[in-house]
Amino acid sequence: MSALFKSNPFRYSLNAVSVAGLYAVIMFLIETGVLNRYQALMLIPIGFNIILAVSLNLTAGFLGQLPLGHAGFMSVGGYAAALFSMSASLPTNVELPLALAVGWIVAAAFGLVIGLPALRLKGDYLAIITLGFGEIIRVIILNLKFTGGAYGLKGIGRQTTVTWVYICVVITLFIIGALIKSRHGRAIISIREDEIAAEASGIPTTYYKALAFTVSAGFAGVAGGLYAHYLSIMDPSSFGFMRSAEILVIVVLGGLGSIFGSVVSAIALTILPEALRGFSDYRMVIYSLLLVAVMIFKPSGLCGRYEFSLGDTIDGLCSRIRGALSGKGGGGDGGGS
Amino acid sequence: MTLLYLMINGLQIGSIYALVALGYSMVYGIVKLVNFAHGEIIMVGAYSMWYVMSRFSVPAWLAAALSVAICSVLGMFIEKIAYKPLRNSDRLSLLVTAIGVSLLLQNLAQLFFTANPRMFTNIFAGTVTIGERQFSNATTVTIAVSTIIMIGLTLLVKRTKIGKAMRAVSEDKETATLMGINVNNTISFTFALGSGLAAVAAVFYCCSYSQIQPTMGGMLGLKAFVAAVLGGIGSIPGAMIGGLCIGIAESLTKGYISSKLTDAVVFGILIVVLLIKPSGILGRRQNEKV
Repeated sequence: MSALFKSNPFRYSLNAVSVAGLYAVIMFLIETGVLNRYQALMLIPIGFNIILAVSLNLTAGFLGQLPLGHAGFMSVGGYAAALFSMSASLPTNVELPLALAVGWIVAAAFGLVIGLPALRLKGDYLAIITLGFGEIIRVIILNLKFTGGAYGLKGIGRQTTVTWVYICVVITLFIIGALIKSRHGRAIISIREDEIAAEASGIPTTYYKALAFTVSAGFAGVAGGLYAHYLSIMDPSSFGFMRSAEILVIVVLGGLGSIFGSVVSAIALTILPEALRGFSDYRMVIYSLLLVAVMIFKPSGLCGRYEFSLGDTIDGLCSRIRGALSGKGGGGDGGGS
Repeated sequence: MTLLYLMINGLQIGSIYALVALGYSMVYGIVKLVNFAHGEIIMVGAYSMWYVMSRFSVPAWLAAALSVAICSVLGMFIEKIAYKPLRNSDRLSLLVTAIGVSLLLQNLAQLFFTANPRMFTNIFAGTVTIGERQFSNATTVTIAVSTIIMIGLTLLVKRTKIGKAMRAVSEDKETATLMGINVNNTISFTFALGSGLAAVAAVFYCCSYSQIQPTMGGMLGLKAFVAAVLGGIGSIPGAMIGGLCIGIAESLTKGYISSKLTDAVVFGILIVVLLIKPSGILGRRQNEKV
């Protein structure tokens, strides 16, 4: 009985319990007023930044292609979700998930349509073509009638709650995490490591590139939907290149290819500017300095490719405790890998 | 007459794009980096010119020369600090660093000069009459000076020693080192040259649009980059042709379709070029080696 949580069912139930537990703790903190109203509202941007960062990490970190138009997909999903919920009049708890699903589908469809031609290119060229598409999406939204043009959409129901954001974050993390760990994920990672070798080994690279791109765009759309129903307005000017760059900063700081890193840095980079309100002028200066510094001194990001796993951590702790109890033996390194 | 008018306006903005595109193209040719910070160099050029002129009331030519000097030094400095440590690492990290530098410059400008647009007085006031239309002096000076600069640059790259070194380094860094070329100095020179051209473009841009703000470099830089890709990135004559094409396309869109759609047309051109002929009009196709 060396490892307590080695088997999959155990791990799934452990994760399910901890997810529910974390939710209960958050809700308890809000109910008892430990987190005040303002701090509770902060949880929502943290949530959609996590979704944006994790979804961008799928293409930038795991697929190894750098798209610079993530904000474009976010805006497409956001507008689709907002238009859906504005025209439908359903009960909130039905309307929002449906709107988010619409956001996912529309953004993913855009991702597929844009991704298929764009993914023929590599490296810098892919980055630039996605940037071009992102800008075109913004200009088109700016000029369309039903998106409200430059005025944007107003009066979208404020339906995004902490609970819905939490559910969406969990679903995103679960789907992208499971995708990465699966056979398909290994195929995606093999493209990052060496595309030519992957192709030579019989991996349909175009299919997997398009898959990663589509899934990534879809979740950006969900984040857009949450954003729209949180602010209750959609303004096309807030989805420019700067927004894409901000998401990229989160991903790069957390570590390209680490979901855990994206989550941590999304939380940190959303709270930091709020905590440093007095320094709000310096926020982006500090961001960009951080970005350059991280790239020069630790190009792998803060977490590298480290992934956090509750089961592994507990196993490690257990074996360490056991080692300490049996005394002598060895030093601190309880080998629970 | 409208067509001629639009074409000349297109040539004017196209010359500005071409000057900026040259910087992108030379830098890409030599270090294989899409220098996202290049657009911000234009902004720095514009602000330094405006600052020097409004604070110290120096003559315009001196201010322009100063801003070219400031931008050249800044370009070299950025290369030394941010890009040189990463020269042998992943292309992706280099690209992200360039985005970081671009964000940094933009936000520093916002910090120092606030986000409010500043008015810039046209230093080439007055008009000339060609045919039945009147054109501002800014237009004619921009086109004339850009043409001279481009001829000069072509001669520099083709005929001089440093030009030869630039071509050698972009061809193959290691072999160039073996031939006794100082690669670091050549790269620094390329960055200085490109940034200086961006400053010249900034001066012309300010004269015809008379408004500067910290974010002005973003869109201008992106469009110039599209021009560089259209002409074939890495190719100097390509950058000139690309710049002029983009300028004319933009001007015709403004005149005949809608001024709101110019950005969409420019990026549409980018996408079509990348999909049909990623090497651009004059670029060389690179075969993939396994």
